[in-house]
Amino acid sequence: MATETALRPFTLSDGDGTEYRFPSGRPALLCFVHEECQTCALSMPLIEATHRAFGDAIDVWAVGQDTPGNATLIERHGLTLPMLDDDALAVSFAYDLDTVPSIFLADGEGRELRSFIGFGKQDWQDLHGDLASLSSLVVPEVAWDELPESRPGCGSRSVEPGIAERLIAESEGSPLRARRLDIGDNNDIHEFLYDQGLTDGLPVVPPTPERVLRMLGGTKRDSQELVAVVPPNMAPATVEKIAINAVMAGCKPGYLPVVLTAVEAMCTDEFNIHGVSATTMGATPMMLINGPIRDRLGLNYKLGALGAGHRANAAIGRAIRLVLANVGGGKPGGTERSTLGSPSKFTLCIAEWEERAPWEPYHVEHGFQPEDSVVTLFAATGGPTMVVDHTSRDARQIGGSIGLVLEGIAHPKAHGASDTFLVLCPEHLDTLQTNGWTKDKLRARIQEASSRPLRDLLSDGESGVGVSLERFGDTGPTEEQLNEMIPKFADPSSIHIVVAGSDAGKFSSIFQGWATGPRGSQIVSRKIEEA
Amino acid sequence: MVQILDPTDERVPVKRELTQRPEHITGTVGFLDISKPRGNVLLDRLEELFNERLPEVEVRRYAKPTFTKPAPEDLRRKIAEECGFVIEALAD
Repeated sequence: MATETALRPFTLSDGDGTEYRFPSGRPALLCFVHEECQTCALSMPLIEATHRAFGDAIDVWAVGQDTPGNATLIERHGLTLPMLDDDALAVSFAYDLDTVPSIFLADGEGRELRSFIGFGKQDWQDLHGDLASLSSLVVPEVAWDELPESRPGCGSRSVEPGIAERLIAESEGSPLRARRLDIGDNNDIHEFLYDQGLTDGLPVVPPTPERVLRMLGGTKRDSQELVAVVPPNMAPATVEKIAINAVMAGCKPGYLPVVLTAVEAMCTDEFNIHGVSATTMGATPMMLINGPIRDRLGLNYKLGALGAGHRANAAIGRAIRLVLANVGGGKPGGTERSTLGSPSKFTLCIAEWEERAPWEPYHVEHGFQPEDSVVTLFAATGGPTMVVDHTSRDARQIGGSIGLVLEGIAHPKAHGASDTFLVLCPEHLDTLQTNGWTKDKLRARIQEASSRPLRDLLSDGESGVGVSLERFGDTGPTEEQLNEMIPKFADPSSIHIVVAGSDAGKFSSIFQGWATGPRGSQIVSRKIEEA
Repeated sequence: MVQILDPTDERVPVKRELTQRPEHITGTVGFLDISKPRGNVLLDRLEELFNERLPEVEVRRYAKPTFTKPAPEDLRRKIAEECGFVIEALAD
């Protein structure tokens, strides 16, 4: 009958403040009960009778799960046995209870001899037999005929939603290690969070331990695993720290793997978030999501694809900004030095309508499998800038319109300086498809339409921006050099193309990049391993 | 009372004292160009003035590979080893 299981020692008080320690050296019967449970009500007279019969030799204790309910039980059933108060549910949690009543019989050293849940006539009769042998006392008279054979128990309070997360957070094995900040009742929590500089200027969801625990449920990764070192403070971002900021941003637990992967991508030397954040030009990480995770998380890529109104897009984009500011210390006026800033700095997370185009989606074009879910980060300094074209009827015309608008980004005379993300709307895509155009054909047409002779790109009295004549020495450029056509982009691969938006409307959009390449920021794509 | 978890890196900011400023410039002065346009113009002019007014001081020129990233660790160490002073030129 005896098992090797040692029950967890504990100390609890009864309603009068008297302390009870388990194990006490005497055999003990621990009866976890909750006042609202009907099966507990059915069992209480039996528990009391057990105490009266065996109390001289055995500790028969009730462990009640809420303070007012415990008092009610004592009064209603005229209890004389000790009613220990586990209102904090710490012991119920430590005993891993799912059900009340839960009955444990232990020897004097706390080793478990027998246990059962709910009510069972046979269980109690067997238990009384054990108690009689342990104590050499006589079993109590019970009107067994009036009792049912069995009754299922009720849910333990320790597994109720909300309470369970709090108990895990407070337990010794808690995955939470972050410093805890207590906010007094006289403080408005939202004002506190603003005052501490922990928001992006909009209210955040307070990252309580319970919420952060639920967020951590979104990943299998250990809460203390280092995900990235975040510039500018080169601060370590653990899974837990990122989860805290994801809660604040309004993420659901399912979004967490995307946020973790995006933070990894953001903190690579290639992406250079230090420069992206610090530049006076006002760059921000734009996030593109590809693959099956788009639909699982409800990421919008149709009507209103660039925002606003969709939680997954809004919260995921916001989360990495909060990680950058709160963990990395990249805050406006500190190391974030943007001259004008951008509303995109609040959040900028888009997804591709992969199924709408006959082309390979962005991630497949860059070496991933169609079934992979992938995060791509692009340092955007401007956009969305509209390409409004209702009248072009063939691919060449549409490509020309896009090229002409793209020529203007940053400055019409600034050629070869940046890259771009083109978000092509479905109607413009359809026009391109009337001629069966590929992405490469569109890129070539953009380069053609945006090309200008060098003479138009010289720095002159009209505008100081452009190619300096000094570059050509005392003789100046030759006629041949002046007539050379220079495309907007140094390479067609600097033109990144995705499809998104509603089926109605001839409005594509472009985002302009920052300093492209190893001297600035390079696009980084990462597979979301847990997707 | 509400309890929340700290979303920051929990580091206490380090306050650094400025190194004592000497009365005179001696030894070697490093000129660091962060590689922004026209940073060299400023440093060239400064070097002229140094040669004119402080001929006993040696000027050494350094450049960051790109202005968009912090100076590499090796470069920082090299400047610290070789120079008693450093002047960093921002630009545009």
